Amino acid sequence: MSFPILTLMMVVPLVGAAVVWLLPAASSRLARPVALATSLVTLVLALLAWARFDTGGSAERYQLTETHSWIPQFGVSYALGVDGIALSLIVMAAILTPVCLLAAWNDLGDDADPKREKTYFALMLVLLTFMVGVFAARDVFLFYVFFEAMLIPVYFLIGMFGGPRRQYAAVKFILFSLVGGLIMLVAVIALYFYGPGGEQGFLYESLEGAVGGSTAAQRWMFLGFFIAFAIKAPMWPVHTWLPDAASEARPATAVLLVGVLDKVGTFGMLRFCLGFFPEASKWATPVVITLAVISVIYGALLAIGSRDMMRLIAFTSISHFGFIVMGIFAMTTTAGAGSALYMVNHGFATAGLFLLAGFLVARHGSQRIADYGGWQRVTPVLAGTFLVAGLSSLALPGLSSYVSEFLVLTGTFQRYPWAAAIGTIGIVLAALYILLMYQRVFTGPRPEFAAVAEPRDLGLREKLVVAPIIASFLLLGFFPKPVLDLVNPAVGKTLELVGVSDPAPTNASGSAQ
Amino acid sequence: MTAALLPTALPTAFEAVKVDYAAVAPMLIVVAAALVGVLVEAFAPRLRRHAIQVGLTLAALVVAFAVLVLVSVDNQGVTVGGSIVVDGPALFMQGSLLIFAVLGILTMSERFGGRSADAFTPMGAATPGSPAEAAADRAGYATSEAFPLTMFAVFGMLMFVSANDLITMFVALEVLSLPLYVLTGLARRRRLLSQEASLKYFLLGAFSSAFFLFGAALLYGYAGSSDLSKIATAITTANGDLEGLLLPGVVLTLVGLLFKIGAVPFHSWTPDAYQGAPSPVTGFMAAATKLAAFGAILRLAYVGLEASRLEWRLGVAAVAVLTMVVGAVLSVTQTDIKRLLAYSSVAHAGFILVGVLAFDVTGVSGVMFYLVAYGLATIAAFAIVALVRSGGSEATHLSQWAGLGRKHPVVAGIFALLLLAFAGIPLTSGFTAKFAAFAPAIAHGGLAGIVMVVVGVLASAVTAFVYFRLIVLMYFTEPTGDEVAALTPSIASTIAITVGALGTVILGVVPGPILDLAGRVSQFIQ
Repeated sequence: MSFPILTLMMVVPLVGAAVVWLLPAASSRLARPVALATSLVTLVLALLAWARFDTGGSAERYQLTETHSWIPQFGVSYALGVDGIALSLIVMAAILTPVCLLAAWNDLGDDADPKREKTYFALMLVLLTFMVGVFAARDVFLFYVFFEAMLIPVYFLIGMFGGPRRQYAAVKFILFSLVGGLIMLVAVIALYFYGPGGEQGFLYESLEGAVGGSTAAQRWMFLGFFIAFAIKAPMWPVHTWLPDAASEARPATAVLLVGVLDKVGTFGMLRFCLGFFPEASKWATPVVITLAVISVIYGALLAIGSRDMMRLIAFTSISHFGFIVMGIFAMTTTAGAGSALYMVNHGFATAGLFLLAGFLVARHGSQRIADYGGWQRVTPVLAGTFLVAGLSSLALPGLSSYVSEFLVLTGTFQRYPWAAAIGTIGIVLAALYILLMYQRVFTGPRPEFAAVAEPRDLGLREKLVVAPIIASFLLLGFFPKPVLDLVNPAVGKTLELVGVSDPAPTNASGSAQ
Repeated sequence: MTAALLPTALPTAFEAVKVDYAAVAPMLIVVAAALVGVLVEAFAPRLRRHAIQVGLTLAALVVAFAVLVLVSVDNQGVTVGGSIVVDGPALFMQGSLLIFAVLGILTMSERFGGRSADAFTPMGAATPGSPAEAAADRAGYATSEAFPLTMFAVFGMLMFVSANDLITMFVALEVLSLPLYVLTGLARRRRLLSQEASLKYFLLGAFSSAFFLFGAALLYGYAGSSDLSKIATAITTANGDLEGLLLPGVVLTLVGLLFKIGAVPFHSWTPDAYQGAPSPVTGFMAAATKLAAFGAILRLAYVGLEASRLEWRLGVAAVAVLTMVVGAVLSVTQTDIKRLLAYSSVAHAGFILVGVLAFDVTGVSGVMFYLVAYGLATIAAFAIVALVRSGGSEATHLSQWAGLGRKHPVVAGIFALLLLAFAGIPLTSGFTAKFAAFAPAIAHGGLAGIVMVVVGVLASAVTAFVYFRLIVLMYFTEPTGDEVAALTPSIASTIAITVGALGTVILGVVPGPILDLAGRVSQFIQ
């Protein structure tokens, strides 16, 4: 209980949003700079939080904690605190938000209604507050509050600023999420009564390893949480909202939605499903792993068949979320660490693809892949960076996703060789969809219209957007240690709660752990 | 009192009942103000009646609230010969009712710059569209008797939540219902619809009152008394002689009360009455009647009939499930904003019933919290409905609300907030309320409780679709050519809307104090 840095990280964007929204009409030109500055301040705070976080083996799991009584009648406290996994996701969100704000700089055009523009940027900042909150919560009720409240800014971002079918996409998004959330609500309420109860009955520490009730009750509660997270993540067969939402949203919104918000699903599986219901998790593992494998293959196949760039990228995410879920439920330290790292890597890889595809769409006004071809000859930098982002997404060694995908597959192989084997097919398919898209969009003869009006290559603003993302690919590809150091203790403690240890390797010269 | 306890001998002489005036003072103040209001109608000059009536009713309600908080809380107990009980739940609900009444009166007093209350017809008795009506309007007639009528209704409601025997409960039911039937028929515009609503409400209400009375008679036959605590004793000590009277009696009394909350299948009056009544009256009726009726249901179920609950609990659970499902599903198909809110109120009645059926003190406090949260949001919502006009009359068709967010960001913003609360989104009162009502059902309701909660959350998802569609309409849809505009409310309506919206936020963000209060006063005096 010292300096409330996590609260501050939520207050700063919220204040920034209020300032942006309330800017007088005369100075509405300041909306975008103020929003960007706010998000950068939050980023600095996030890095400070990282610096203060103790990654030593003996350190407490939840650090930077703040605890205040909120609704004692329900056992609810305003309790914040992060473990390594949560912190890495918060830092990722804090990096991606300024990147997205910069990418969205001219989304509404130069002659946009200043009111609309202010709303747009204010909503993004509100979203940042909730993103920090949902990962920083240390109280199930508080987590749930953020989990649901988060939907509102996204709903407006899609519904007010999205593409032609935005209303349909926004309503579909909110309905899927709300149904999942409400199912989870039943489990949340039940959790309190099967837990230790009391005025801090919703605190993670109170609940971990302390949820009673019959086997059946635990399994039902597990299902309540799992269904909500599976919709959020999203997994096959409850993924259908994602392609619509991602292709109708603005690229920057899509990045925050797919790159950060959907991580709440996998994050929640790791923390709640495994942490609170270890027995039920083990019971459900075969089914979950099967669903994850289906997601991997099915998402990849749909991506290959996709004619729309944004939908394609959304489908690749379904495939990647399959890997993450697989790694979580494999319940080995290697796979768990791989999944946690994958959550971060996937955020950056998706951001790269969505934003660069967005730049492309901004130039040509179409999301259909068939409308492109030969763009490498007119926009070489755009093409090159897109290729790097694509290669990272298909897990090329040396780029970030490779490390995490490898860890997930190795870790899964220890326990479920068949799942890992089928999962590997997903990597092959990934090469197919990424390279096919690159081929169709960028290679080939110089496009005809370019003779009339040559499209610009990436400008300075756009290069500034891409640079941190590419940097993250290389950094996390060659030197993932800082993030792995961050997530390893948390993964270890989660698996301790589940009560599993890694299977001993068949080769006696190795050691388990 | 002592004489009544002797089972064999009748009292030899008439004995006046003891009345604890400090405990019942709020009720007396309200009924006195209503009577004075009638005199004002008779003697005050026509042009000044509106101001006098509004001032009188508001002053009386504020004084009654002050007396309730300062005096009555220290004088709890059974009084008026055992027919009124002033205990924690009764005081909590009476206080809430008085607040609702203040907000309701504020919205009803809205004039929009005219001479009299905008919502009410100049002459209720005139045939709609007749020369008499036009003449009445020209002559400056106004139905300022709406205010005393409201006060009579409030008096009935205050009595309803503290009625300790079935006869008092019936009297209170009638006292609260009759003025509401009249108020429903007083809308200034769309007079025929209003009169039809009034007649329908009256006829169905009369039926349900008859059911209640018949049930009360059967219970009297069973227990030998209409006193709730005596009925409770009779149930626990029954020797099986008159067992056949108990269940029919319970069912019939509950039917009468479930009608008032608009539970399915006794809900068919709700959409018509909500649509036809003047919008401020609808808001008041939806908030206050629901609270009063649930107060009576709580007392009847928890004090009188709890021992026999195993025999009827599942039946009411079925009603609750049906109410949630029908209310939610039918709200999807509505095209009129007032009918939509009416079906949503039906669904909310179902959610609250889930809390009632927990049979635990936490259920009582959860239900009371839900009623307060729902009432505040509802009054504000209907006050906003009254603001949105097209060509002078209310623009109630949903298509007319398209693009309201662009033209009137503040009005649409507050309405969106209230819709989010109805949908139960966290950080609004609706979420806390749902949690407060559902948690006891899961904890103490057994399997039936869990099933009801699951149905409840799924129904919530359906209603959420309806509310979000409305938000889509207000914010994401281009305005139609229709000349729809939100009037600028007077200070009175502004206060009511602000209080409703603020309450919605406060009960969502810091519900602790009210939950704490509701929790502390949730014990019934037997």
